[in-house]
Amino acid sequence: MSEANVSAPARRPNEPTVGPALAAERGLSGEEYEQLRAILGRDPSWTELGVASALWSEHCSYKSSKVYLREFPTSGPRVLQGPGENAGVVDVGHGWVAVFKMESHNHPSYIEPYQGAATGVGGILRDVFTMGARPIACLDALRFGEIDAPRMRYLIDGVVRGVGDYGNCFGVPTVGGETAFHRCYNGNILVNAFALGVARKDQIFKARASGAGNPILYAGSRTGRDGIHGATMASESFDTESETKRPTVQVGDPFTEKVLLEACLEAMRTGAIVAIQDMGAAGLTSSTFEMAGRGGTGMRLDLEKVPLREPGLTPYEMMLSESQERMVVLAKRGREEEVERVFRRWGLEIAEIGEITDGGRALLCFNGETYADIPIEPLTEQAPVYRRPTAPPPDLAARWEAPALPEIGHPIETLERLLDTPDFGSKRWIWRQYDHTVRTNTVRGPGGDAAVVRLKGTPSALALTADVNPVYCQLDPERGGMQAVAEAVRNLACVGAEPVGLTDCLNFGNPQNPHVAWQLQQSVLGLSAACRALDVPVISGNVSLYNETQTDSGPQSIYPTPAVAMVGLIPLLGHLPESHFEQAGDRILLLGRDRAEFGGSAWLRLLYDLEQGRPPEVDLEAERNLALLLRELIGAGLLSTAHDLSEGGLALAAAEACFGRSLGARLEVSSPFELFSETQARALVACPPSHSIEILRAAERHGVPATEIGEVGGENLGFEVGGEIFQAPVARLEAVWERALPKALGL
Amino acid sequence: MKVGVVVFPGSNCDHDVYHAFSHVLDCEAMFLWHGDETIHGCDLIVLPGGFAYGDYLRAGALAALSPVMAAVRRHAREGGLVLGICNGFQVLLEAGLLPGAMRRNQGLRFLCQDVYLRVERNDLPFTSRLKVGQVLRLPIAHAEGNYEDAPERLDALEERRQVVFRYCAPDGSICAFDEELNPNGAARAIAGITNEHGNVLGLMPHPERSVEALLGNSDGLALLAGTAASLLPLGEARA
Repeated sequence: MSEANVSAPARRPNEPTVGPALAAERGLSGEEYEQLRAILGRDPSWTELGVASALWSEHCSYKSSKVYLREFPTSGPRVLQGPGENAGVVDVGHGWVAVFKMESHNHPSYIEPYQGAATGVGGILRDVFTMGARPIACLDALRFGEIDAPRMRYLIDGVVRGVGDYGNCFGVPTVGGETAFHRCYNGNILVNAFALGVARKDQIFKARASGAGNPILYAGSRTGRDGIHGATMASESFDTESETKRPTVQVGDPFTEKVLLEACLEAMRTGAIVAIQDMGAAGLTSSTFEMAGRGGTGMRLDLEKVPLREPGLTPYEMMLSESQERMVVLAKRGREEEVERVFRRWGLEIAEIGEITDGGRALLCFNGETYADIPIEPLTEQAPVYRRPTAPPPDLAARWEAPALPEIGHPIETLERLLDTPDFGSKRWIWRQYDHTVRTNTVRGPGGDAAVVRLKGTPSALALTADVNPVYCQLDPERGGMQAVAEAVRNLACVGAEPVGLTDCLNFGNPQNPHVAWQLQQSVLGLSAACRALDVPVISGNVSLYNETQTDSGPQSIYPTPAVAMVGLIPLLGHLPESHFEQAGDRILLLGRDRAEFGGSAWLRLLYDLEQGRPPEVDLEAERNLALLLRELIGAGLLSTAHDLSEGGLALAAAEACFGRSLGARLEVSSPFELFSETQARALVACPPSHSIEILRAAERHGVPATEIGEVGGENLGFEVGGEIFQAPVARLEAVWERALPKALGL
Repeated sequence: MKVGVVVFPGSNCDHDVYHAFSHVLDCEAMFLWHGDETIHGCDLIVLPGGFAYGDYLRAGALAALSPVMAAVRRHAREGGLVLGICNGFQVLLEAGLLPGAMRRNQGLRFLCQDVYLRVERNDLPFTSRLKVGQVLRLPIAHAEGNYEDAPERLDALEERRQVVFRYCAPDGSICAFDEELNPNGAARAIAGITNEHGNVLGLMPHPERSVEALLGNSDGLALLAGTAASLLPLGEARA
């Protein structure tokens, strides 16, 4: 095989002249362009520049985040596949594995919300079924700006429809997630989609090429001009021109995806598939290069064989199109017909577009002429890596000054005002648009702490949750990172599940800003510390940078938002507590002790527009003990209710617990501030009176402070504060809570 | 007694229906491929929910023309049982096996939630284990469940007692204009209808999603179990 100084593929008459200026336009720095020239031993061709700029985009190469991601603990006794594949894989027993990942589709969703969100869901589903797993549940973590901000109602409506239409048609239940609103997302909304699939342990597929001569098959939708430069667009900040980037957003077809799923799973059973990879960001480029890069092989593609939606696409366009619902399948030579037959039976197109070669070079040909001839490994494995300068914000000490606390005159009125915000109001308007019961596995759907899906054919179930508090992260990114993991573990514990793995979407601003690089570094430190302490491996994830918008007053960055989605295992699914009160007469216990923490609290933020103070401390040992206690209590069937305390503190947890069955409750606290403090490592539980003593004893054994603080019953939610009673009918509070979001949306 | 579950490209409740009949009700069940012109001797044909052919053109419109539907029509004409659930109901409407049509939900949004259904008659093989006036709680998950027909045709439907299920309040009262109780806005709160001969049933809610207490609701069990039992020879009816 020829080395370096290969003669460059000829420049075609309609191609622009390649040089540093054009490279910069495609997102490559001067330094990166030089590195590319060094790898090639010459100037790149137009097609080669396109391939390299896509592979080295932030989105595909993780060049600014890689140094931090190394901090994550990624292994564990259950982990069969950590980061680096299409999705992570953990063993969940009985011969089954859970395959999951979360991914962002922020930039496209801001430009074109419906298609952006839809193809975000489509992309993550493909990542999961590419591994041989059938998707069984989705979560969506959505962050919008203030509802009254320009375009925001349009964005909310489009994203919710997009998520819904894609998942509903595909036939995967969307069982949970989170939705929040903050002005920091006015110019950059976040759409993070998570998918969980299951497969038999011995039937996992990977995207690692091998075997010179094996045919490379292209399956699924035809290639069009949509999404060209999508990966590059997703690696840039927004400016006033962003609306004109609409053509870089892909268009989704969930019907084709559903058929593609069935065809892939069926084709995998033939035994004729060596490797398989979906075409996501940077389409044909990243799928083929990554597959060959992982396997250390070369490849030859004959691009005239790529099925096209319209005639006239150039090799450059074919390599960079992000048309959806496409797969690259590497078959065993001589058995390709078995694979092709399956795809055709499902009405899908499939074509042989090339083959694996020895020698590690990619030869991209079109009608016999060479358009690119580049070594694969240097491009995929030696992508630039940056350790960007970091600096804490200069006003950190001021941010951490404890906030002055306003009076709480009437705690029920305070609660009612919080329930009347879109942040705390019921999200039913959103999840009612998502099919959350298809596939008949949903034991606990949206609206509680964690969703639960049973594993058919086993006594087990999986629990899922998505969490992060960006206000905490803004005030203290390390603590914010820790808190996200801790809260996820707590949510899983509230349904008796033990964490088996985590996936994350690290959503940040421009990493070339040292304060943003610092946020990223600190958040990852926090996430990693909590994952280590709580035994949660990070098995997959994604990074979304450049979530900032140029405004008249300078670049506006989002708050650091390291969203995590965690999966837990319930080995033996028995009686599960509800997240709401079940039975009048049940005793209410508070697990964990309040430390009067109000830094970054929802109470101060939503009612006083005050984001001040250091967020609550995260005591990882206390979190671990609490989770062990909850799992033990639930395993023993002692609890009727378990609900985690998080944003809004005890008052919010108590109110939400009342709403499920419209049951009242009376709680006793010593100060009104105790109701709104956001101290971590706490949960509200309820049980029949006869179980109360046993629970208190178990708590003592686990070193978890526990107090009986009230009783379920009646029509009112009442707080007894130092002898004085404040109360309101649950029906009234519930009506406020139900209406808050639709009202804010003007519906 | 054999249940055939039709698989159109885009069906996504086919596995759920199969699971309910095969694993929960212990019936013999098989999948029927849309491209085959046979139902392989099945006694009960179920057209499952989903988005057959992506709902392109109109929900159910393309599926109604697929080869397997010729065999399903023949089966229905000969008095065989056909059950269409959600998208399957839409296919039956498009295939002309049931009267009327679906419009988009009144709020123009996909809706997934529990609804209450009042049983209007129990003299059909499908409803033999239900009582008239009984209220079932079942989930819906659709964007086009707003049943509609011309007023005189709706009158005729009522006269011939073809309305089998209506959306209702938990106490069984009908409030056709209540957005929570009849969320898609179906005419006369119609949720399920049968043909004149009573051997073809279509309904929008999903009984197959409500057959296991583990998932919090088994109100759909009597409908599916009764349908299966009606096909067993006398004396073999399962408990």
